[in-house]
Amino acid sequence: MEKFFWAFVVGGLICVIGQIMLDVFRLTPAHTTTTLVVVGAILGGLGLYDPLIKFAGAGASIPICSFGNALVKGALAEAKTYGLIGVLTGIFEVTSAGISSAIIFGFMGALIFKPKG
Amino acid sequence: MSSQKNKKLTPIQQEYQAFAKEREPKKRVGRNILRAFFIGGIICTIGQGLQMIFIKYFNFTQTTAGNPATAILIIATVILTGIGAYHKIAQFAGAGTIIPVTGFANTVASAAIEHRSEGFVLGVGGNMFKIAGPVIVYGVFSAFVVALIKITIQWLGGM
Repeated sequence: MEKFFWAFVVGGLICVIGQIMLDVFRLTPAHTTTTLVVVGAILGGLGLYDPLIKFAGAGASIPICSFGNALVKGALAEAKTYGLIGVLTGIFEVTSAGISSAIIFGFMGALIFKPKG
Repeated sequence: MSSQKNKKLTPIQQEYQAFAKEREPKKRVGRNILRAFFIGGIICTIGQGLQMIFIKYFNFTQTTAGNPATAILIIATVILTGIGAYHKIAQFAGAGTIIPVTGFANTVASAAIEHRSEGFVLGVGGNMFKIAGPVIVYGVFSAFVVALIKITIQWLGGM
């Protein structure tokens, strides 16, 4: 039950940061998400993002900054076993599920649904 | 609008800028932040629930349960986008629906559906990552740089 609470609070807070970037700093949604992804990658490199996931579960792994962290994690894990080339082969290792399913189901959506308005 | 930018404008244009700024609808930042917190939190809580279901009933571990949970959230988002419901939630929730992975799936699905009329190859295929592309480009490049820096530091014997 505690896990749900922290997922809600931390996930909500990350969205609040995004909302502040949209409203106060007047960034576009694309700028906001790219900034958060880069921040996630840097936090991942510093080893700070995984403790956050351990603490908040989906509250840290569902927001888009976890995408940056997962890219770094995949690259570093493969680099450990295969050397430098692992950075290139491993970068999509962890995030593959998210990207592939977005492409596959996004395409299926385009087959089924007609544009609105 | 910075004053430096204003200097290049004629007095009439400056007058118009002031006029436009006055008429600009006031953004209710406090209300938007509350909504983003609430909806964003709910989406993450649903994700947490899905992860727990996959751990409990489908023999996933703490680290691998994120994948099927993300996939389910993405499928749900594509359906909600297709029937036009995601757009309505997003208007209410702002960043609460943009920041979670569902926002990424929504941009992919909505771009794909929207450009269907331009054909399936150039329309759907070509535009699918029109909005979601920057996230992947900057994510991958920054991850590449971060990984190289970390590997170099480890190689030099630090960390």
